[in-house]
Amino acid sequence: MIPELGHFALILAFCMALVQGILPLVGAHRGQLAWMGIAFPAARAQFLFVAIAFACLAYAFLAKDFSVAYVAQNANSLLPAIYRFSAVWGAHEGSLLLWALILCGWTVAVTVFSRSLPLEFSSRVVGVMGLVSVGFLLFMLGTSNPFERLLPMPADGRDLNPLLQDPGLVIHPPMLYMGYVGLAVPFSFAIATLLEGRLDAAWTRWTRPWTLIAWVFLTLGIALGSWWAYYELGWGGWWFWDPVENASFMPWLIAMALIHCLAVTEKRNTFKGWSVLLAIFGFSLSLLGTFLVRSGVLVSVHAFATDPARGVFILTFLGLTVGSALLLYAWRVSNVTRRGGFDLLSRESLLLTNNVLLSVAAATILLGTLYPLLLDSLNLGKISVGPPYFNAVFIPLMMPLVFLLGIGPLTRWKKERFKVLGSRLKLAFLISVLLAGALVGLTAIPSSLMVAIGLGLAVWVTYTALQAIAARFRYGQDRWRTLRAIPLEFFGMTLAHLGVAVFVVGVTLASSQSVEQDVRLEPGGAQTLAGYEFRFDGVAETMGPNYRAQQGEIRVFRSGELVATLFPQKRIYPVQPQPMTEAAIDPGLTRDLYVALGEPLGDGAWSVRLYYKPFVRWIWLGPLLMAIGGLVAASDRRYRLIKQARRAAVLDKMPNELGLAREGAQ
Amino acid sequence: MIRYVLPLAVFLALVSLLAIGLTRDPRLVPSPLVGQPAPAFALTDLQQPDHTVTRADLLGKVFLLNVWATWCVSCRAEHEVLMQIARQGDVPIYGLNYKDDRQEAVRWLQRLGNPYVRNLYDPEGQVGLDLGVYGTPESFLVDQKGVIVHKHVGPITAAIWQQELRPVINAVKAR
Repeated sequence: MIPELGHFALILAFCMALVQGILPLVGAHRGQLAWMGIAFPAARAQFLFVAIAFACLAYAFLAKDFSVAYVAQNANSLLPAIYRFSAVWGAHEGSLLLWALILCGWTVAVTVFSRSLPLEFSSRVVGVMGLVSVGFLLFMLGTSNPFERLLPMPADGRDLNPLLQDPGLVIHPPMLYMGYVGLAVPFSFAIATLLEGRLDAAWTRWTRPWTLIAWVFLTLGIALGSWWAYYELGWGGWWFWDPVENASFMPWLIAMALIHCLAVTEKRNTFKGWSVLLAIFGFSLSLLGTFLVRSGVLVSVHAFATDPARGVFILTFLGLTVGSALLLYAWRVSNVTRRGGFDLLSRESLLLTNNVLLSVAAATILLGTLYPLLLDSLNLGKISVGPPYFNAVFIPLMMPLVFLLGIGPLTRWKKERFKVLGSRLKLAFLISVLLAGALVGLTAIPSSLMVAIGLGLAVWVTYTALQAIAARFRYGQDRWRTLRAIPLEFFGMTLAHLGVAVFVVGVTLASSQSVEQDVRLEPGGAQTLAGYEFRFDGVAETMGPNYRAQQGEIRVFRSGELVATLFPQKRIYPVQPQPMTEAAIDPGLTRDLYVALGEPLGDGAWSVRLYYKPFVRWIWLGPLLMAIGGLVAASDRRYRLIKQARRAAVLDKMPNELGLAREGAQ
Repeated sequence: MIRYVLPLAVFLALVSLLAIGLTRDPRLVPSPLVGQPAPAFALTDLQQPDHTVTRADLLGKVFLLNVWATWCVSCRAEHEVLMQIARQGDVPIYGLNYKDDRQEAVRWLQRLGNPYVRNLYDPEGQVGLDLGVYGTPESFLVDQKGVIVHKHVGPITAAIWQQELRPVINAVKAR
């Protein structure tokens, strides 16, 4: 009964999405207040129904209802409750439902936080989001119903993929989807602006906090995924340039470009067309990512169960959504764009360079991801593109970007004199070069030019970021008042930029200074690596709730003192007989000790993999700082003040608009 | 005007590309080599650079020739399955290390275990070319006389091993 209720709720949600997607848009076009007024209640009702459907599916999992095919495929009576809950989004159908729920959640958030926007505009935004939702709900009802029954009911389920039975995977997909789907908000704002045909800077101000929050979620989601791969896949890598990773990375890059572009549009009223285009691209790449993951056109370790009907549907949906958005863009933007003037050297030009570099980076990743498909379509054969390509094209694009990141915040809008900027940056440059040289030259670490460049860039970004803050204090008398006068947005930017520096340090040191060793260890044997002594105390069998495990015990000593006791495991899940390596990690700010069991070699001896990974935590600490920076920037007082001012303005204009609306209706 | 329509044009090209891609199965590559003798080769052994291995050295038993590389993520996923197959001992597995770095490849085997009887080192991908390898991983089943009897593109999973490869091996052995 409960699954049928869920199915019914989903159908009702689809009807609500139709109402939400059609009436407000038509109403806004014709100036009919009543139709526009439907937008908010319809969005909230749709959210309610999707939430009911989601709750029904979650209930089916928690109650172990294996008569539901999706539950039987992705759970087992022995699976712990927390993983039975996260199994809701463990495969295709359920993750679509989560996607739909999050989209409705974002829409409701828009109805709550952007209710002070002009009614015509907000109903267009909500209407566009409704249309997106129509597509996803139709997809689910047509090809991927999670509530399908399985008769006769199996005695037990086939269990969740063991790789996904992990706390990291409980929160990684929701975070990532929050980011993916969140990009629907700036997309809808951009479309609403295009529909109005009044391409001013106002929409950029309204959409900035939304873009920031979506980007924050995307950042956290990607970082979590990378962290999960690091400890779960058992070989210490943290990024693989897998098509599915790329699918989340491209919208992230574009969202980041959009954030910077919106800053220019808002403050200088230029790059308007470009902002709209980036907003469209960001969400398009989210949809493209969905297509790549679900359709099976690419071979990937993440590949969900694939089905050609699903591929055709998503491709059609992608074509309609993005095609009409770009058509609208071509039609509207050509009449409106005007260029604000700025010099060759100015903050605008630097941010433009930032945008170009980020977009080119996203494009090269898109090319690398789709290249095998391109060759296949042209009958030129099948190939696979690996990390050698991505590293070769991506890193050279990022180095100038990080360098410019140090200059941007210290450069004036509109016009900067080369000499003045030079004198401002001279010291920072000198310190970066000297410090990087000293770090590389004076310490014992084996080093290369790339290490020096990496560390130099990190120092450069840090120094210039602090310099930009210090510059604000130069003329202020009262320090406390000066500090309070600095907008939160500025602190957010600085934090995010420092996050980049932290990330660069992590990548540079972890990729160049890591030490690893594969050794045969007998019980009682020991191995020294990077000054740490690893003592192997043998392997014992243990039982988990739904797996058996061989658990090793390894004590780590440094100069005779116990540092950590590690328990790496080799697990067998009987329902899905696939051995899993659970690495054991002793984390630290400056180094990780990472131990993974290899193969049994007889007589209690095992092959054991030992890693010493310096500063590897910084790879995730950096994105965390970026995310916090994004949150701080999004909570800037300015956005709230504008909202209040807007509301006042709307109230002032109200009678006038009412009059106009009546005339339009007659 | 053109620059405003350009994004749309590029996007439409992309959609048609994806539409064509949708009609293809990335795992399905028809191989004209099935039923043909495996091409002759002389390559160095991966772990013993001074040893040369030729086609004649492999013949006599049904064997699985697995094309892999350390830069290939799917090969990493496949590796555990190969280890299991090797442990079962139904069929010897030979590796063709494809367009790879010798040191990296040797380290990979030390780290993850070595399911291969021998590994052929093919840094330029010449033998891969003769075999019609498009991407990694790919696997070929070769019979006692050196004739390719089956080709699998993409990682071997436990299910593929049970349902696709094993029946072929049994049939060939029974012949």
